[in-house]
Amino acid sequence: MTSRFTLHKRALMTAILCLSAFSAPAFAGDVQVAVAANFTEPAKEIAAAFETKTGSHVIMSFGSSGAFYSQIQQGAPFEVFLSADAERPTRLEAETLGVKGTRFVYAYGTLALWSATPGLVDGKGAILTKGNFQHIAIAEPAAAPYGLAAVETMKKLGLYDTLSPKIVKGSSIAQTYGFIDSGSAELGFVALSQIYKQNKGSRWIVPAADYTPIDQQAILLNPGANDPTAKAYIAFLKSPEAVKIIKSYGYTVH
Amino acid sequence: MTDIASAIHVTVLLATVTTLSLLVIATPIGWWLSRNRSLFKDIITAIIALPIVLPPTVLGFYLLVAMGPKSPLMVLLHPFGIRTLNFSFAGLVIGSVIYSLPFAIQPIRNAFESLGRRPFDVAATLRATPLDTFFTVALPMARKGFLTAALLVFAHTVGEFGVVLMIGGAIPGKTEVVSIRIWQLVEQLDWPNAHRLAGGLLVFAFCVLLSLLLIDRRWSQRHD
Repeated sequence: MTSRFTLHKRALMTAILCLSAFSAPAFAGDVQVAVAANFTEPAKEIAAAFETKTGSHVIMSFGSSGAFYSQIQQGAPFEVFLSADAERPTRLEAETLGVKGTRFVYAYGTLALWSATPGLVDGKGAILTKGNFQHIAIAEPAAAPYGLAAVETMKKLGLYDTLSPKIVKGSSIAQTYGFIDSGSAELGFVALSQIYKQNKGSRWIVPAADYTPIDQQAILLNPGANDPTAKAYIAFLKSPEAVKIIKSYGYTVH
Repeated sequence: MTDIASAIHVTVLLATVTTLSLLVIATPIGWWLSRNRSLFKDIITAIIALPIVLPPTVLGFYLLVAMGPKSPLMVLLHPFGIRTLNFSFAGLVIGSVIYSLPFAIQPIRNAFESLGRRPFDVAATLRATPLDTFFTVALPMARKGFLTAALLVFAHTVGEFGVVLMIGGAIPGKTEVVSIRIWQLVEQLDWPNAHRLAGGLLVFAFCVLLSLLLIDRRWSQRHD
């Protein structure tokens, strides 16, 4: 019995040690970034360029802007937040969880209706009116700005009520992409950046007038307020090198 | 119907259908496992127990692929106008049945095993057919196992999140269950409603566990 107890105790100690290792603040030269799922690919490319240039290390988490916002409110250790909207960084700044005056638009996003099947989505989005499909995937509007933009678009077209029963929701725009890419949903609304570099399937680029502009803002968060690496990362995000990468995914940068 | 009411409705319906299906599925398997002593039995037991140790994401991922339009299983259903079982109530039932399989089989199997050989020898002496014996002796005597299995499966299905998140698509009134709704409410920062639903689930889970213990106590008193 004693030996078993000791074993349990040792296991517990190990678990605690592991946990404390994970919760330790990022090492000097590291920056911890929360990245909205639509920006996954460019963020990886930017991080690689930043790492080559500075020798620092970028630790990235990918998810929906809404999920990150809740986590940051609850004290998540992120130093930089790349949101898919302006609203959440604005709120974080107002709530003094973000550093005042560090907010800026790093990219303007574009919404696209996409299908993995060639020829299914026409260049005018008329398929939405025809409705010859079973499932249309969007990102959870409560958590993902691209999901909200999708709902706005369908409402603008007067089709939201008809399409409602066919809407399936991914927890982030990344899961939504997966639903469509695998064919489980015949089509859906994604970020143009997710499909910009490939010719697969068929697409309709939704006119900007159909939804509230997706101005994606970045903000320096309190845990990174005094971290030179976090500040350098933000500065790099504005550099011509990063802007070039961002534009290569179909985003607009002013 | 409000969002919350429809989420509760879907959850209760899913848990009920899953429980009934599993009682039917788990009975022959539990019976067979309780009567069998081969190495093959251990292999089957290990396979059945997999959902306990696997992350729901692994199960969810395989289900997403298996019920997707390109899966060979779904190709068989295409003639019936079914492209995919993802995002459907039926798909959720399949996922839940697999997810809760061990919670149904284990108590039923234990109940059958604890009967021993004697009741069956007696029944055989009285010239009861094996089928007769099963329905008139084994099933009634093992009823505690069935009750435990039903409660566990129902509660475990209500508590499901990961699998539903991966294959459900959160369609209100069809695949949006309470656990998903809570997650959405937290994302929307609607904490008052999140508290209400989460508190409700907490009380529900406590009641289920307490009733399991009370059942256990009543049974052991009766047999002491």
